[in-house]
Amino acid sequence: MANIISVKNLSKSFGQIIGVNDVSLSVEEGEFITLLGPSGCGKSTLLRMMGGFETPTHGRIFLAGQDVTDLPPNRRTINMVFQDYALFPHISVGKNVGYGLRVAGMSKREVAKKAHHALTLVSLEDRFDDSPQVLSGGQRQRVALARAIVRRPKVLLLDEPLSALDANLREQMQVELKALHTKVGLTFILVTHDQTEALTMSDRVVVMRSGKIVQIGTPQSLYEHPDTDYVASFVGSTNLFRSRVETSPDGPTIACYGQPLRTPSAASVPLGSEALFGFRPEKAELIRGDSAARPNTLARQGDQCALLRSKRARGGRSGRRTHPG
Amino acid sequence: MTATLNPSALNPLAERPRAKPLSTRIKTIAERMSWQIGIGVILGFLYLPIALLIVFSFNTSRSLSWPMSGLTLDWYRKLAENTQLIDAFGNSVYVAISATLLTLIIGVPAALALDRIEFPGKGLFRKLMLLPIALPGIITGISMLSLFRILGLNLSLETVIIGHATALLAVVVTQVYARLQRLPASLQEASSDLGASELQTFFLVTLPNIRTTVIGAGMLAFTLSFDEIPVTFFLTGRDNTLPMYIWSTLRRGLTPEINAIGSLIVAISVVLIFISVLLLKDKKNSVR
Repeated sequence: MANIISVKNLSKSFGQIIGVNDVSLSVEEGEFITLLGPSGCGKSTLLRMMGGFETPTHGRIFLAGQDVTDLPPNRRTINMVFQDYALFPHISVGKNVGYGLRVAGMSKREVAKKAHHALTLVSLEDRFDDSPQVLSGGQRQRVALARAIVRRPKVLLLDEPLSALDANLREQMQVELKALHTKVGLTFILVTHDQTEALTMSDRVVVMRSGKIVQIGTPQSLYEHPDTDYVASFVGSTNLFRSRVETSPDGPTIACYGQPLRTPSAASVPLGSEALFGFRPEKAELIRGDSAARPNTLARQGDQCALLRSKRARGGRSGRRTHPG
Repeated sequence: MTATLNPSALNPLAERPRAKPLSTRIKTIAERMSWQIGIGVILGFLYLPIALLIVFSFNTSRSLSWPMSGLTLDWYRKLAENTQLIDAFGNSVYVAISATLLTLIIGVPAALALDRIEFPGKGLFRKLMLLPIALPGIITGISMLSLFRILGLNLSLETVIIGHATALLAVVVTQVYARLQRLPASLQEASSDLGASELQTFFLVTLPNIRTTVIGAGMLAFTLSFDEIPVTFFLTGRDNTLPMYIWSTLRRGLTPEINAIGSLIVAISVVLIFISVLLLKDKKNSVR
C-alpha cells in the first residue's frame, strides 16, 4: 500500500500557545487511523491543518506525494466531516450531498444521480428532498458522511464526528462508520478523545499529548505494549506501581504490591534500579482451590507486568505479555 | 394567578382551594382591563397621528378641523397634477434605491471582512465603520459638502446618494456583522472543503443564510434614506427630494395635498412590508 498523506515536522502555534509541536506522521492508503488524546492535545489542529483550515507555522504536508501545505481547502482532494456536521440549512439533503459536485460544474442530472447513490450508502436515500433541519442527530451525521465521500476524496477527515450523539447511537455509528470504510475503501483519519472509539475502529491509533505524538501503533500493540504510563492509563485501565528490580536464579524479579514476581520484561533495567510497571486488572486470573487448606488463589505471573519506564533507562521496551490460560 | 399553578392543587392532602372571593375576581378583571387600556394607549400613541393623516386626506375642507366637512378625492387628483411633487417623489425613490444598493454592495463585504478575516488594525476599522451612526446628519452633511467643494464636484442627486450611503453604512454593517457572528464558521469551511471558490461560497452558502438580515437592513436603509433631510439639505443641487419638498411647502401651511402624499407613502410602506414578509417566508430554513 502506498503512502497517501504525510506530515513532516509540522508545528502550529497560536500566539504563545503551541497547538502542535513538531509532529511527523505518515498514513497509508485505505488505512483507518485515529488521532487520540484529551482535549487540547492538538489532535484537531493537526487534522485541520491536513484539511487546509489552519496554516502550519512550520513543516510540510504531502498528499499523494504532492506538497499541499500552501493550498486552500478547495484545492485539496481531501474532505472533512465536521464536528457540528456543518450541513447547509437552506438547501435539501440531496443538494447538500451534491454540493461538491455542483460547484465542480457537473450536470444537474449527474449530480442528483451521484448524490442519490451516496445517500444509499448511508441508507438515507428516502430523505433526498428533506431539509437537514428536520433530521435527527444520527441522520445528519450520515448526511455529512455522504456529502464528504461523494467526491471520492483521497483522504476523509473526521473531526469528533460521534461526540454529539448519545451513547447508544454512538456505538451503532461506530459500526456503520467502520462498515462504510470497508465499503468505500477510502483513507479515514478520525479525531477522538474516546479510547473505545479509537480501539474498536482503527487500524492504527496515534496517541497525542500536549501537541506531540506519544505513541503510534495498532490498538492491540498500544494495549499490550504501551510505551509510557500515559498511554497505559489512557488506553484501557491499568494498575501502575514502582518497583526495584532484583535478581533471582530464575531471572529478574520485581515486587508487585509486596509479592515477588519473576518478570522477564524487567531484563532491560539495570539491577537494583527502580522502574514503573503496569498490570491490567483484566489480566488477573483466579485459580480455583482444591481444598480448605489450599483456597482459591490469584494467579501471579510476572510476565503479565509491563515495564513502562525505568528511572535510568527511560522509554525502555515494554515486556511481552500473554493472555493467561 | 390560575388555579392550576396553585401548589396545593398538586398535593391531594392539602385543603381544596376554595372559590376565589369576589374581591380577588374584581382585582383580576381590573388587572386585565388595565393591561388592555395600557396597550391601547401605546398603540394609539403610535398610530393615531397616521390615522388622522389618512382621514384628513379625504376631507373636503382645507382646514384641519373636526368634524370633517365631507369626503372627497380632490386632493389625490391635485396630487396627480402636481408635477413638482411627483418629480420630488421620483427623486426620493431614485436616491433611496441607489443609496440602499450602494450601502449593501459596500456594507455586506465589509461585514464579511470584519467577521472572517484577520488583518492589522481590524479593531480600529470596526470602530471607524460604526462611528458615523453616532454623528448627527448635519455634521455628515457639512463635512461632505466641504469635500465635494474641494473636489470640485457639482451638487446633484448623486452627491446626495453618496452622503446617504455614508450615513447608512454603519447601520448595514452592524446588522450584517451581528448576523454573521451567529452563522457557524464551519458552514463556509465545509463549502470550501467541498471545492467551492470564495465567490461560490459567498453566493451559494453565506448569502442565502444571511439574506433575511440583508433584506431587513436594506429596507431599513431605504426608509432612512427616503425621509432624510439634514444630509440631503446640504448635498442636493437643484433637484428636490420628497421630504425637502414637503418641508418647503409647509412654510405655506399644512395642506390636504401633503396629507394625501403622506397617505400614499403609508400605503406603499404597507405593501413593501407585506412583500418583505412574503420574501422571508418562503424559506424559513435560512432563519436560525
